[in-house]
Amino acid sequence: MYQFNFQPVVDSMDLLLHGAWLTVRLSLMAMALGLIVSVLGAIGKTSGIRPVRWLIDVYVEVIRNTPFLVQIFFIFFGLPAVGVSMSANTAALVALVINVGAYGTEIIRAGIESVPQGQIEAGRALGLSPAKIFRYVVLKPALRNIYPSLTSQFIYLMLTSSVVSVISANDLASAGADLNAQTFASFEIYLVLTIMYFLLSLGFSALFAVIRRLFFTYPASR
Amino acid sequence: MIREFSSADVLFIMSAARWTLILSAIAFLGGAIGGLSIALARTSHGKWLRRIAAWFIQVFQGTPLLMQLFLVYFGLAVVGLPINPLLAAAVALTLHASAYLGEIWRGAIEAVPSGQTEAATALALSYPDRMRHVVLPQALRIATAPTVGFLVQLIKGTSLASIIGFTELTRAGQIVNNATFKPFLVFGTVAAIYFILCWPLSLLARHMETRMRRAITR
Repeated sequence: MYQFNFQPVVDSMDLLLHGAWLTVRLSLMAMALGLIVSVLGAIGKTSGIRPVRWLIDVYVEVIRNTPFLVQIFFIFFGLPAVGVSMSANTAALVALVINVGAYGTEIIRAGIESVPQGQIEAGRALGLSPAKIFRYVVLKPALRNIYPSLTSQFIYLMLTSSVVSVISANDLASAGADLNAQTFASFEIYLVLTIMYFLLSLGFSALFAVIRRLFFTYPASR
Repeated sequence: MIREFSSADVLFIMSAARWTLILSAIAFLGGAIGGLSIALARTSHGKWLRRIAAWFIQVFQGTPLLMQLFLVYFGLAVVGLPINPLLAAAVALTLHASAYLGEIWRGAIEAVPSGQTEAATALALSYPDRMRHVVLPQALRIATAPTVGFLVQLIKGTSLASIIGFTELTRAGQIVNNATFKPFLVFGTVAAIYFILCWPLSLLARHMETRMRRAITR
C-alpha cells in the first residue's frame, strides 16, 4: 500500500508559492509582448504588401504545426549554434512570445476582418486620421469580437509555460522539479502543482472577466 | 564521443516518428470513446451526470498536459502498477483528449436544433435511437472540422511524452543531439517532421470549416 507523504510539500510551500509567482510574471510578460506581436502580425496580414503577408503566413503555419517543446529546444539549444545564445529565462520568454504571437495573429486577423467595411468608411467620412480609424474603429471592436478566443489562448499559454521547466527556466513546474529531486515525494508534489495550476487558470479567467467588464462592454449596436 | 550527424540518425529519428503516430492514434481512439461519453453525459438530463462531465472538462482544460502526464506517471506507482512511460503517456493523453473532444462534441450536439430531438421523441424513438439515428449523425458533420483541428493539437501534445522518457520523435531528436551535438540541424529536422505530419491536417480542417460555413450561410 502506498504511503502518502505531504510533509515535504508543506515544508516547501514558500518555494512553490514563489514558483507560482514566477509563472504568473512570465505568463503576463508573454501575454503583453505576444499581444503586440499578434497585432503587428495581423496588421501585416491584412495589409496589401504580398511578401509581408507571405512571410507572416510562413511564421504562423510553422509555429502552429510544430510542438512548443521542439520550438523551445530549437531556440535554447539550436540557435546558439548559429551565434544567438540567451539565458534559459530569456529563451523561455522568447519561445512563449513567438508561440502565442502566431495563434494571436490568426485570432486578431479574424477579428479585424469581422469589422464591416462601412464602419471604416464612416470613420473616414467623420474625418478621422488613418491611425485613429485603426485604433478606435477597427482594433477595439476587433478585440471585443475575439476577446473570448484570445483570452482562452492566453490561459492555454499560461498552462503551456510549464514546459519551460525542461530547460530549467524559473517557474512553478521547475520549483516542483527541484523539490522532487530533493524529496522524491513525486506524486504528492505533482498533485499539489496541478492544483496550483488549476487555481492559476481560474485566477486568470477571473482577471480577464474583470478586464472585459472594464474595457469592452460599451454598447455593441443600437 | 561526438560523431557526425549521418543518414542513420535521420532514419532513427524518422522511425521514432512511428511512435508519435502510434501514441496519437491510441490517444485519439481512447479519447473518442471517452469524449463521446463525456459529451453525452454533458447533454443528458441527469443533473449529477452533467455536473461530473463539466467538472472533468474544466479540470483537464484548466491544468497543463505536462502535469497530467507526471501525475499519471507517478500515479501508476500509487495504484501499485509498474512505472511504464508508454502506458502513462497513453492514459494521460487519452484523458486529455477525452476532455477536449467531449467539449467539442458537446457543442456539436447542442448545435443540432432541439426540434430534431422533439420530432424524434414525438415519433416514440428511444434515447439510444434518437441519438444514433437523429442527433449524432447531424452533430458529426458539425464536429468534423474542429475534431481534425484537435488532432493536430494531440500530435503536438505527444511530444511531452519525451519528458517522462518515452522514445518518440522529440526524444529521438534529443538522443541524436546528445551524440552528435548538432542541435540546429537535429531539432530543425524534428520540427520539419512534425510539420509534415500536422500541416496537411491543419489545411484539411480549414478546408472543411470553410465548406461548412458556406453550407450554413447558403
